[in-house]
Amino acid sequence: MKKILAMLMALLMVLSMAACGGNEAPEAEAPAVDAPEGATVLKIGGVGPLTGGAAIYGNAAKHGAEIAVEEINALGGEFVFDLRYEDDAHDAEKSVNAYNTLKDWGMQIFLGSVTSTPGVATSVEANADNMFYLTPSASSTDVLGGVENPLTGTVDIARKANIFQMCFVDPNQGSASAQYIYEKHLGEKVAIIYKNDDVYSTGIYNSFVAKAEELGLNIVSTTTFTTDSQNDFSVQIADAKDKGADLIFLPMYYDAASLILTQADAIGYDPTFFGVDGMDGILTVEGFDTTLAEGVILLTPFNADAEDEATKSFVSKYQEAYGEVPNQFAADAYDCVYAIYEALQGSGVASDASYSDLCDLLVAKFTGSDFVFNGLTGEDMTWDATGAVSKAPKGMVIENGAYVGMD
Amino acid sequence: MKKILQNKATRSNYITYGGVILAFILLQGLSAANALSSSLKGQLVPICAYVVMALSLNLTVGVLGELSLGHAGFMSVGAFAGAVAASAMTESVAAEPIRLAIAMVIGAVFAGVAGVLIGIPVLRLNGDYLAIVTLAFGEIIKSIINNLYIGIDVNGLHASFLNNNITFAEGGRMILSGPMGIPGIQKISTFTAGFILIMITLIVIFNLVNSRSGRAIMALRDNRIAAESVGIPVTKYKMMAFVTSAALAGAAGALFSLGQNTIIASKFDFNTSILILVFVVLGGQGRMWGSIIAAAALTVLPEMLREFADYRMLIYAIVLIVVMLFTNSAGAKQFISKVKSIFMRDIEGGEQNG
Repeated sequence: MKKILAMLMALLMVLSMAACGGNEAPEAEAPAVDAPEGATVLKIGGVGPLTGGAAIYGNAAKHGAEIAVEEINALGGEFVFDLRYEDDAHDAEKSVNAYNTLKDWGMQIFLGSVTSTPGVATSVEANADNMFYLTPSASSTDVLGGVENPLTGTVDIARKANIFQMCFVDPNQGSASAQYIYEKHLGEKVAIIYKNDDVYSTGIYNSFVAKAEELGLNIVSTTTFTTDSQNDFSVQIADAKDKGADLIFLPMYYDAASLILTQADAIGYDPTFFGVDGMDGILTVEGFDTTLAEGVILLTPFNADAEDEATKSFVSKYQEAYGEVPNQFAADAYDCVYAIYEALQGSGVASDASYSDLCDLLVAKFTGSDFVFNGLTGEDMTWDATGAVSKAPKGMVIENGAYVGMD
Repeated sequence: MKKILQNKATRSNYITYGGVILAFILLQGLSAANALSSSLKGQLVPICAYVVMALSLNLTVGVLGELSLGHAGFMSVGAFAGAVAASAMTESVAAEPIRLAIAMVIGAVFAGVAGVLIGIPVLRLNGDYLAIVTLAFGEIIKSIINNLYIGIDVNGLHASFLNNNITFAEGGRMILSGPMGIPGIQKISTFTAGFILIMITLIVIFNLVNSRSGRAIMALRDNRIAAESVGIPVTKYKMMAFVTSAALAGAAGALFSLGQNTIIASKFDFNTSILILVFVVLGGQGRMWGSIIAAAALTVLPEMLREFADYRMLIYAIVLIVVMLFTNSAGAKQFISKVKSIFMRDIEGGEQNG
């Protein structure tokens, strides 16, 4: 009997401790935003991997959105946002649970999922509910629907009319990369290493190959890796080297890319490396010799070293609050919040507007011909009925540890 | 009736059936009255799938006494086979419940075949080989599905491996595209279907366990040498339990996948296998009602703990440890048996009066 008592006591203590901890966590007890009189308070939700292997992306997006919401609330204008992010651990099933939790909370506008596979799942739910959905970084075409499969020319998933993206859609990145390499004559023999159990990487790879064939780019080596084998790239690099590739295309996130750069350097192989927006962040990898990244070319919409006022202010605020340089995910989420804010201007919605009404209003606004948005990740961004954003990817090359625009 | 209920095992079985039916009626009632949160509503189908997974693994672990570390592999086979079948039948079978039922049967058959393929070599061996081979099986299935492409057009299903080089006739579409999994699943699983699958699973397991074969299986678990010496064919009975378990997991996989918007192969990894094993161990090996409660509670728990934000998984782990300690402590067992005896006395007293 004593043992049970002791255990119950332990349980009680743990729970009370957790309760205290819970109060400190900002998302547990969202501070009732101190709204000025007459302001419209809207509840904005987001889902992303805040824990687990993909947590860097989810947390970056969450932090970026938090900064935007703080700025907007500090303006004391017509609109005040109440932001809540929920964890999905990069899992489609959990992301739907998180979405439902946010719906129970009373979410009116949804910032979507941060990563692609959960994004596919939540976009179906949001489409069925008619909840406005603007994702910062779920770049798969399956999130939007209505896009042709580049390999088969078929539309496998119908367009979900209320889903929009802030990031480039994967095929655009792949074909833009191939176009870029072709036009600038960056490589005669191209090698590709991609992650074949990843939606993002495979999506870019497919469209890159389709475009490369059309342009007549010479692809000499194609090798793959998976989550389980992303520590050793010696086979892939050796294959590229043996076939004499002078450019390696790396459609992947920067963590794996940093290892490829290190291991290629170890065997004295120095081709041109070409990355996409997932490469952004490579200069911040801990323990990575950034001199190896010299000369790496990447297509990215965001540059933390840009000199314009908006980027500078965002980067300094981010560094102050979270102690690191923001990556593209943070900037995309920041832009999402501002795009929604701008679209709401002059609409006169009330705090108790239903999410369905808000959705209709925002969809009409976003697809309207006069809606143009300037943000950190691009100028003159517009959206059409396909849900994809139109903005130009910028080619950046890393020189002296910083991005330099190339054109 | 009285005589049947005198048998302890039968009585426990009927209590389990009754409990599941009561829970179903209660949840359906709450759902009809709109008293359920969207969070819980969205989890009803996955809970049913996990309950069936736990029950089927309990057959292997608790009744057969073999350790399986790749149960999610069978779930994966059933999930993908069922989802592909349901997608292919969208036009030909219009009624959703029938399409779901066919998909579950197909899922069960595919997973059952996988179970036979693994069982034939491994169940002849004596030792922990099943644990090792099922562990590998789970990983192999993940890799295969990650490289499998399936599409459909007027000429039927097309498949290709490693690279997607399917060419379609007019009006074709991809169903399964390798690492991207199946992105556009039409949700046809319902809570009622999940409930029916749980009941079927319970009927299959209880009847197997209480049959002549079931007694042979349990004899093998308790003492293999003694069982062999009285002439029980070891491999046959082991296969019977293992393949039944695999097929039920396949049906659960089909139920699960058809309740999701999208599934990918890496969802059914080692972690999922272990999660299901945790359901079984926590609920008690060989105790079916324990598996049901553990699977349902541990699926809902992480969602209930969302308000603890960053401490969520920490609390989840602590709850697991506390429950393990509590159910195994002598004091708790005494307490439970005391409650049980009071309860049983009332029932028996009531029966005598009635």
